[in-house]
Formats: sequence, structure tokens, C-alpha cells
Amino acid sequence: MGLNRREFVKLCSGTVAGLGISQVFNPKVIQAMEEGAKKAPVIWLQGQGCTGCSVSLLNSVHPKIKDVLLKVISLEYHPTVMASEGDMALEHMYEVAEKFQGKFFLLIEGAIPTKADGRYCVVGEKDGHEITMKDLALELGKKSLATVAVGTCAAYGGIPAGEGNLTGATGVKDFFAANGLADKLVVNVPGCPPHPDWMIGTLLAAWQYALGKGPLPELDSDGRPTLFFGENIHENCPFLDKFDNDELADTFMDKDKCRYQIGCKGPNAYADCYKRRWNGGVNWCIENAVCIGCVEPGFPDDMSPFYEEG
Amino acid sequence: MSGCKPSKAPVAGVSSKKIKIAVDPVTRIEGHLKVEVEVKDGKVVEAKCVGGMYRGFENILVGRDPRDASQLTQRICGVCPTAHATASVLALDDAFGVKVPTNGRIARNLILGANYLQSHILHFYHLAALDYVKGPDAAPFIPRYDNPDLLTDRIKDAKKAAAVNQYGLDQYLKALEIRRICHEMVALLGGRMPHVQGMVAGGTTEAPSKEKIAKYYARFKEVIAFVKDEYLPLIYTLGTVYPDLFETGAGYKNCVSWGVFPLSDTDPLDLLLKRGAYIDGKDVEVDPAKIKEYVGHSWFNQSKSGLNFAEGETVPNVDKAGAYSFIKSPRYADKACEAGPLARMWVTNPELSEVGQKMLKEKYGINAKKVRDLGDKAFSIMGRHVARAEETLYVANAIAGWLKQIVPGESTYMEYEVPESGEGLGMTEAPRGALLHYVDVKDQKISNYQIISATIWNANPMDDMGQRGPIEECLVGIPVPDPKNPVNVGRLIRAFDP
Repeated sequence: MGLNRREFVKLCSGTVAGLGISQVFNPKVIQAMEEGAKKAPVIWLQGQGCTGCSVSLLNSVHPKIKDVLLKVISLEYHPTVMASEGDMALEHMYEVAEKFQGKFFLLIEGAIPTKADGRYCVVGEKDGHEITMKDLALELGKKSLATVAVGTCAAYGGIPAGEGNLTGATGVKDFFAANGLADKLVVNVPGCPPHPDWMIGTLLAAWQYALGKGPLPELDSDGRPTLFFGENIHENCPFLDKFDNDELADTFMDKDKCRYQIGCKGPNAYADCYKRRWNGGVNWCIENAVCIGCVEPGFPDDMSPFYEEG
Repeated sequence: MSGCKPSKAPVAGVSSKKIKIAVDPVTRIEGHLKVEVEVKDGKVVEAKCVGGMYRGFENILVGRDPRDASQLTQRICGVCPTAHATASVLALDDAFGVKVPTNGRIARNLILGANYLQSHILHFYHLAALDYVKGPDAAPFIPRYDNPDLLTDRIKDAKKAAAVNQYGLDQYLKALEIRRICHEMVALLGGRMPHVQGMVAGGTTEAPSKEKIAKYYARFKEVIAFVKDEYLPLIYTLGTVYPDLFETGAGYKNCVSWGVFPLSDTDPLDLLLKRGAYIDGKDVEVDPAKIKEYVGHSWFNQSKSGLNFAEGETVPNVDKAGAYSFIKSPRYADKACEAGPLARMWVTNPELSEVGQKMLKEKYGINAKKVRDLGDKAFSIMGRHVARAEETLYVANAIAGWLKQIVPGESTYMEYEVPESGEGLGMTEAPRGALLHYVDVKDQKISNYQIISATIWNANPMDDMGQRGPIEECLVGIPVPDPKNPVNVGRLIRAFDP
């Protein structure tokens, strides 16, 4: 297992070609990581989510997901893919967090409910007591090198935090800030779900820096790597000239015109879907229908109604 | 590395004392589940299934534009978003009074069908198979139970065991690619996966070009070959190593299937997989009025117990005494029923695949033409895996037909106006079982939205009448010879794909 340098560079170039990255990760902890750094342990927790981010991760093409699982990252805890379960799985997670304190990446998928003392999301049981997502995220957040909030639920609260929610769902950065971890590094990789390249690319970029092979990812004001979220979808859309010429579709079937009038939220969304496309590049939301702005902090409330202009 | 800790002092081997075991989290499923079983004389005598997460989609949907429901509700599940999208658009079509064009019906079948293939392959290979196949000695495949009862433990000839296990492991990796290809099929017609843009009230958003259909077909050929030549034979071969698991986990043998994949524009009950229920050994017609949801042991207000979805309310109450789950207990005619591939295949009772018929005869000495010829063996851990694999090919064969029917470039969508008010019911089948969405629209906004998903049917807690949920009932009686390594508990749960 593990990769030699050549393989590593090859993998990185597939996903994170042309990294334009700046100061983010704390160099001290990075240095501490370097000793074991052929593999950076990853602990992946799931809060109020749908597992869609994990499933999207499985769609990785460059690098192939089997290489990600077997060679690139050491996925020490992931509720959907790990072989282990119950106490055995939890004990292993705690051991890894202890052994690699300050060196492991914490990936969080799903929002964190704060009401009812966190009981709206129980993620395990230890010595007969339930462990809430709220408590576990804090405990591991403190010990991690950095936390990556994977998906819009973890980044900004997403649908579980939408109007009408009863659980006090919140994104990781806000949750950490409200609980004394305001200084903790949190990188947001939003999207409902995020593109596999965005997740793996962010991890690889961080790891590459940890190995002294590259600079640190630059983040925008919403905590997202500008590498993937730096440009507006509408401004780069293949249908932009149609918009400029006022050629607007008024039905889904009208494929030659701009989708603004049938609800496309591209003008309010920042991501590179327009060039990266999805699922091995076969299609993307706007070619098929409309963008619903799933990468934005205001998703879903600010993007709704999805099929109305504005 | 220890297994799951009994809460009393660990006892090696079979004990006549009752031992309580909590497996929390149950992994390799979608969502948060804990199971608590009591074991006596090497068998489970009591079981509780605990759903540990609540988001409250029903409450979040109230007051929104009803058209948004299909986008929002598919985000209930990242493994089967297409199924939630389908149930939602069926409910919306019904509420809006819109008729989907033929090409739209077929496009929807091709979108949902491709995700059936993806979901079943993901489920067997990446969620369930590690209960049988030994992964590499690295994360995320370790740690594992001390006595995991894997293929390599069961097959005595070490060389043969290693070869069979290696085959299983190679398949695990290959299946990662195959399920990704299935997602590409969904995305070609639906924009992307997970979470498909193309499924909307009135049809689908893209009249697929010849080129897209050809791309879909090229991928489909690779997938169906994998299902026919590798997945199905592997399942039957696995059963020969684990014959005991054909006798384990029967449960109530009650089934519900709402049916899925419409074959006609005019008859909504002309479905590839049929609508029907099987209760106390009899086939019965489905009447939606007979569906009720109980919350006697769920963290919801008791005054909202026993309601039909049309009057459903979801009011959480985490302090409720005697409650132990965020899952409600749906009942059909007050009976606990299982949902999923076995339920569908049992209700529909199609012919088994050629591979299945041949292997059942050669390896098991069973002359079986149809699903029901499996008899009681169907209601078991291994029976549920067989039903899922058989269904995968059954759906794949239907996809081949729909690919010939779809007309390139022809509209898949019908325009409509959102009415001031309306009520809609969407009944379909997620890969993991019966799925129902109900919407009530007032002043062009959602006034009530209720969802009864497959996991709710299978993994629910005891109801107000004292009946266990289906998975709970199936757990009772399963062998757990070693309480420190309760292998069969996870196997049983994962056979349902919760």
C-alpha cells in the first residue's frame, strides 16, 4: 500500500492540476504530519446527511476510487464503507484520533443538530451511553489537524437547517465557533453533493502541502477553496451569450436558450461545474435542467423556488 | 481487537444467561442505526432497532413551492435519490393533474432503472459483501471481528479459500467501477448523480439525443454483462458456502410492494414490478387507506399515533417515555410488513434467471422456475440477497426494452400550471423497498407533505399493539454463538439494505 512519489504526482495531476493555493494549513502541525505522511489518516463522521457526499466520492475517476481507498488516503473511520461496526469501530476511531493527534484530517458530512442537547443525531454508544454527533464532532475537531466540511449540510447547514427545521441544525464552522473552536481550521467543500474532484482535490492539496510539495489552498469568504469555487457559473456558462442576447428558454425542452427564466440559479452560484461537468463528464445540471445553487451558503432557502426566475 | 461488547461480563461461547449486546453504530448502511439484542443459549431472544437521526423533512417542506419537493426530498437519501424524486414527482403529477408523455414515462424508467442497478450493486458488494469476503489488511477493511465467519473461515481447503476470497475481493473493486458507470447512465438522462436534476413534475427535463441514448446503451451493455456473468453466479455460489443462511432470519413473511416502472400511459397499475401485499400467507390487493403509522415507541407525540399519511403529522418528542427510535412504525392493515427486493419479487413472482434456475438445480438440487418456488428459503438472509440479484437482472432486461422504445429528441415533458390547491399520492419502489410520498397543496404552497420510506417499513420499532418491526422480528432466533462477535446480527440487517 502507499504510493511512491511518481504515482503520487500522477494522481495529483489528474485532479488538482494547476493548484493556485495560498496560506491555510498550520505549518507546525503539517510538519508533525510529515513523519507518517505517505498516508494521512482520515476520520469521516456523518451527522444529519443523506450519505450522498460519500456516494459522490465513490464516483471519483481521477484518481480511481479503488486507488483512493487502497493507496491515497487511510480511511480509518467511515460509517458507510468500513468493515468494522459497533464498539470495535468506535474504539479504533478513538485510538487513531489519539495516536495521530494533531495530524489526522477530520471529514464531516451532514449538519450538526444542536437542540435537545444534540439528541437528534446519535452516532454511537460507549459504555452504555449514547454519543451525539455534537459531542463527537467537538472532541475530534479539537484533536484534528484540520476539519473538512464535506457537502452543503456540513458547510452551511443545508436542508436540515432550512426554514421549518426543529433540530437547530448548523454547519461545522459555525458550530465550532459557538463552542470555543473559532480558531480551528475548517475548509468547506460544499455542494449537494460535492463533486468527487472537489473532495479528493482538497485533501490531496492539503496533503501535498503537508509533504512540502505545494502551497496551501486559498479559501474564499465562505471558506471554500477558490480552486474549485472561485468562478461564477453564469459568467462562464455556455449559454451566457444567449442570456446577453435575451434568448431565454421558457420550457425545459428549449435546449438552445439560457435557462434563467425557468429558474437557473447559475448567476448566484460559484463552482466550476461548467467546465468539470459531472459523472465522468457525461452531463451537468444546466445542460439537463437548471442550477439550483447547491454550493451556496443560502441553499436551499435563498435559491427557492427552484423553478422561478430570480 | 475486541468485538461488540456485551454489557455484562464477556462470556465465551454459548451461555444460558441472557446477554445484552448493543451494536452501535451499525455500519455499511445509509443513516444512523443501532441494534440491541438479547442473546440466550446462542440465539437472539429479543431485539430493538433504533433509528438515531432526525432531520424533519416533512416540517421543512411546509410552506414551500410544491415543485421544489422533488429536489428537496431526493436529498433524504444519497443512495436512492432517484426513487425519492420519482415518488415526489408522481405525487406532484397527481396533485397538479398533469399527464406525462410516453417518452417521459420511459425516460423516468431509464433514470430510475439505472439507479436500481447502481444501488443493488453498491449494496451487495460494498455494504454487505464484507460480511463474507475478507478485505485487505488495511483501513477501511480492518479492524474486523475476531471470529468473522468469512469465506476463508468456512472453506477448509486453504488454497481454495484464498482463491475464492481473492475472487470476491477483485469483484468488490470491479463493482466500484460498475456502480460508477451506472451513475453515468443516470446522469446522461438526469444531469448528474447523486441527486438527479432531470426528474420533475410533468416528466423529465431532457429529451435525450440519439448520442446520449447510444452512450447510455454502451455503458448498459457492460453493466448487464457484469450482473449476468458475475453478480448472479457469485450470489448463488456464496449460498453454497452459507447454506445455514438460507434458513436464518424469516420474520413475519408479510410483504408490501407498491409497484414500480409503469409500462402503460393509461393504466397506472400496469407495472413491471407489481403492486400487491402478501399477508399471513395470502395475496391481497393494496388499499392505501389501510396504511397507518404508529409511534408508540417512537420519539414523536403519542397523540399523532395510528394516522393514515393523508392526516399524518410529525411532531418530535425526544423525552417521550418508552420510546427508542426516530423511526415511526408503519403498518399495513395493522400488520408489520417487510419491503424490498424480496417483497417485490415475491409479489410479482417472475421467472428466475437462467443462471439462477441452473445453479439452484446443480448446486442445491432445487427445481425452481419462479421466485416463489424457493419457498421458505426466500425469507432468509441469503434469500434476500438472491432476490436482489435476480431483480437486478430482471430490471436490466427491462431497461434493454425501454432503450428500444424511447424516441430520440421527442419531448419528455408536459407543461402545467400549479393549481391553487390539490392533493397527490406518489407510490413507487426505492431499490430498498416501498416508498410513498403524499402532498397536500393549499394556496400554491405545500400545506402537508408525508413520506413513508422503505427503511421505515423495515427498521421500525415496536408498534402500539406490541408487534416488533420486521427487522426486529427477523433478528429473533438468529444464531449468535459468540456474543463478542455477533456476525449474524449485522448480516441480517444488511440483507435488508436499510
